Amino acid sequence: MADLKALYEAILTGDRQAAVSLTQQALDEGVDPQLLINEAMIPAMNEAGRRFECEEYFVPELLLAARAMKGALELIRPLLSRTGAKPIGRVVIGTVKGDLHDIGKNLVASMLEGGGFEVIDLGADVPAEKFVEAVREKQPDLVCMSALLTVTMPAMKTTIEALKAAGLRDRVKIMVGGAPVTEEYARQIGADGYAENASRAVIAAKQLLAA
Amino acid sequence: MAQQWPVLTDGAWGTELQARGLPAGEVPDLWNLTHAEKVEQVASAYVAAGSQIILTNTFRSNRIALAHLSGRIDIRALNRAGVEISKRAAGTSARVYASVGPSGKLLASGDVSERDLEAAFEEQIEALVEAGADGIVIETMADLDEARIALRIAKRSRLPVVVSMVFDSGKNRDRTLTGVTPEQAARELTSAGADVVGANCGHGIEGYIPVCSRMRSATTSPLWMKPNAGLPELVDGVATYKISPQEFAARVPALVQAGANYVGGCCGTNPEFIRAIKTVLADP
Repeated sequence: MADLKALYEAILTGDRQAAVSLTQQALDEGVDPQLLINEAMIPAMNEAGRRFECEEYFVPELLLAARAMKGALELIRPLLSRTGAKPIGRVVIGTVKGDLHDIGKNLVASMLEGGGFEVIDLGADVPAEKFVEAVREKQPDLVCMSALLTVTMPAMKTTIEALKAAGLRDRVKIMVGGAPVTEEYARQIGADGYAENASRAVIAAKQLLAA
Repeated sequence: MAQQWPVLTDGAWGTELQARGLPAGEVPDLWNLTHAEKVEQVASAYVAAGSQIILTNTFRSNRIALAHLSGRIDIRALNRAGVEISKRAAGTSARVYASVGPSGKLLASGDVSERDLEAAFEEQIEALVEAGADGIVIETMADLDEARIALRIAKRSRLPVVVSMVFDSGKNRDRTLTGVTPEQAARELTSAGADVVGANCGHGIEGYIPVCSRMRSATTSPLWMKPNAGLPELVDGVATYKISPQEFAARVPALVQAGANYVGGCCGTNPEFIRAIKTVLADP
């Protein structure tokens, strides 16, 4: 019998190895992958997000939970695509030009993957042209940009302008975040969304794509 | 001679270098080798303003933070130059505490190992010590484990070692990124052998008063405090620090009251802030 409770605990506590082996075990027993996602994995990530919001979890715990979730999802994804199920959206993510900080961006990328998105990570110090090229070639639903420094924040605006100039702005939703970034700044530069932390980023991304 | 508290440290370097032409997004440390005279101007401006301790332009000069320049830059030379520049500016008027910033990678993420961190801090700190630093400041740390690794290496030098954390997370901005509280940081860093513990960056001086009291409750060691000039506000799309040197300095006595022994500033501060603090401390 598949141990959903143990899988939930493995993800919540960030034990990737246990999450992967419990998932494999359940799949070998013929458990519906969708049931694993809905009854164990998503509730575990929701609980990790709740703990983050009330300061029981911090970045390391959230990151490990997201990685355990990703490990389990990697086993499940091929089975889902065989049944025609698709990721809930494709995301291109990167830290903007001039900014090498990637802890926050990596966490958001892991959380989005854990949340069922396909994530294309462009890395850090990503010039506007590289975002434009990725949007043209990968046709994502959402572009996420991160900046940790006040001096590199303006590169978010530059990137949005480059997407406009390339005629691609209306094909994607754009979300921004990072320590100095505010909701007001996001609005000023013409982004569609903003999230103040990685846990909220997943919720915001889903809302943007549903809009 | 007994130490007179508080000791006045310095303010931000990156923004001062930008005012002298450093392009936004370029690593300030690289100027130690290419624009030493400009870096020395910043150091001298702090000495002239009354800093008794100045730092060095070596915050990012470790091989992990500068991995994108790997092979193109001599890490040891960058660090030695940073100390030499600050020492020239300091003369006999100030002491030079060399700045060691974080690697930018999280141990918990597995992107970097303890051994990687040790090798990187060893390379940087050895060069800073060889060049004649009077102390080491391990600053803007979010992760106690990373801070402890740097501390362990810095202590081999027998120089005074300051370890300063950044409290910028959680609802009240009183936790580090990894969830460490001020009490926990003060207690654990003191027991790990830090001579001075403290906080820098993250938020403005108002938020530092409770952080400082909480650290004071957990250690008898001297406390190092370098707040930002408030939180940046947007002016025409550009993030700007709006608190004035006088407003900042007016809160310094409260910070000292809360237990601060070393006082200076971080992002958004400049030599005017140091001058204003000196005036306030001289005539409280």
